[in-house]
Amino acid sequence: MGHLTNERSLAQYHRTPPGSQPPSLYEPYRATIRRSPTQPLTVLPHTLSEITGPVYGHEKIGETDNDLTRQHSGEPLGERIIVSGRVLDDNGRPVPHALIEVWQANATGRYRHKNDQHPAPLDPNFTGAGRTLTDENGSYRFVSIKPGAYPWFNHYNAWRPAHIHFSIFGRAFLTRLVTQMYFPGDPLFAFDPVFQSIPDDKARQRLISKFDLETTQPQWALGFRFDIILRGRDATPFED
Amino acid sequence: MDLVPTPSQTAGPYFHLGMTDTRSVKCIADPQTKGERVWLACRVIDGDGVPVPDAMIEIWQANAEGKYNHPDDTQGDDTTGDDTQGKTIDSPWFGFGRMPTLEDGSCEFETIKPGRVPGPRNALQAPHLNVAIFARGMLKQLYTRMYFAGDPANSEDAVLALVPQERRESLLAQPVVSHPGHWRFDIHLQGERETVFFDV
Ligand SMILES: [Fe+3]
Repeated sequence: MGHLTNERSLAQYHRTPPGSQPPSLYEPYRATIRRSPTQPLTVLPHTLSEITGPVYGHEKIGETDNDLTRQHSGEPLGERIIVSGRVLDDNGRPVPHALIEVWQANATGRYRHKNDQHPAPLDPNFTGAGRTLTDENGSYRFVSIKPGAYPWFNHYNAWRPAHIHFSIFGRAFLTRLVTQMYFPGDPLFAFDPVFQSIPDDKARQRLISKFDLETTQPQWALGFRFDIILRGRDATPFED
Repeated sequence: MDLVPTPSQTAGPYFHLGMTDTRSVKCIADPQTKGERVWLACRVIDGDGVPVPDAMIEIWQANAEGKYNHPDDTQGDDTTGDDTQGKTIDSPWFGFGRMPTLEDGSCEFETIKPGRVPGPRNALQAPHLNVAIFARGMLKQLYTRMYFAGDPANSEDAVLALVPQERRESLLAQPVVSHPGHWRFDIHLQGERETVFFDV
């Protein structure tokens, strides 16, 4: 390698192990049938375009953005919960200053969204959207209420297990992750094609948060832990 | 690599609540940002040729000098006298945009045409925007790139060269002849005109 900076080589990000991510096409989730590519994807080497991405260190986060129970004048109905965890890369290193966005249904399983016509009541004290940044150690924390299960039209008697949607910006555009966090012991897991779309059972189980007595607060709220792993990089640059 | 990355799940039909109701970004470039101003009209279309009204497009791009606002883009940080010298982020620049699609599957961005950034073997890439698409019915995001039709640099772009000639056009935004600076970019999720998507 010479001294010219345009001869730099970049450490490549790891590819995800087979079976650990859902395929684009998973027929039991019917909407994937017309929304998944049929041609093989073109594998890209990781250039500056892939390994950079929006890094949100200085994003302004409002005071109640990470407490979904304090965004209105009254308290929302439902079981109060504290969701916390860490964002790490696949080498086990914390991802600091990562922006996390969450959205969810209220305790009755209804979203504050014009397209949600599920006949369950809205809660005037609950919007269901929040955001926060991970700290130096990759840790984050939200306060919310436990969302309800809700019906959808995918198949006869289809119900989504209770879940919180997560959007995470890591260090690169290619580590961008949108996922869902579930709650332990949900009887709907076996019937949910979105959850079942992940081929590897171990990988699937990682979307289920763990009840955590440590972060549970007496007389106030149940604690759930949900750690998020983003793709990481090789230790040494790849010379091409 | 010791840990396995968390699986992706669909953004679902209600993603607006958390990601775009109050946090969409249509204008990627401030009025003071240097560069050739462009307006992009994007559209997402499914395998039946039907517009996708519940998708979200995210864009990540370099500035007009071909530099990303990111600590790992060290172009111009030193003075070794190569052709990246002087590359800076000297006007307001973040480089990220995102919009939900409307009923007709469309969304718009206002930005500047990015400069050329180094690619494989340090050959400069043609100007391009990195595009990620999320939607109900998509279990994970799809990645593509938007290049500018007619740009002479396209013929020497290493990523375009990976794509069979007959499918390259799916990566080219087309100029709107009647409106200088305006470009159209259709994303076909599948079908005869399926867009080229990347495994990054
Ligand atoms: Fe949902």
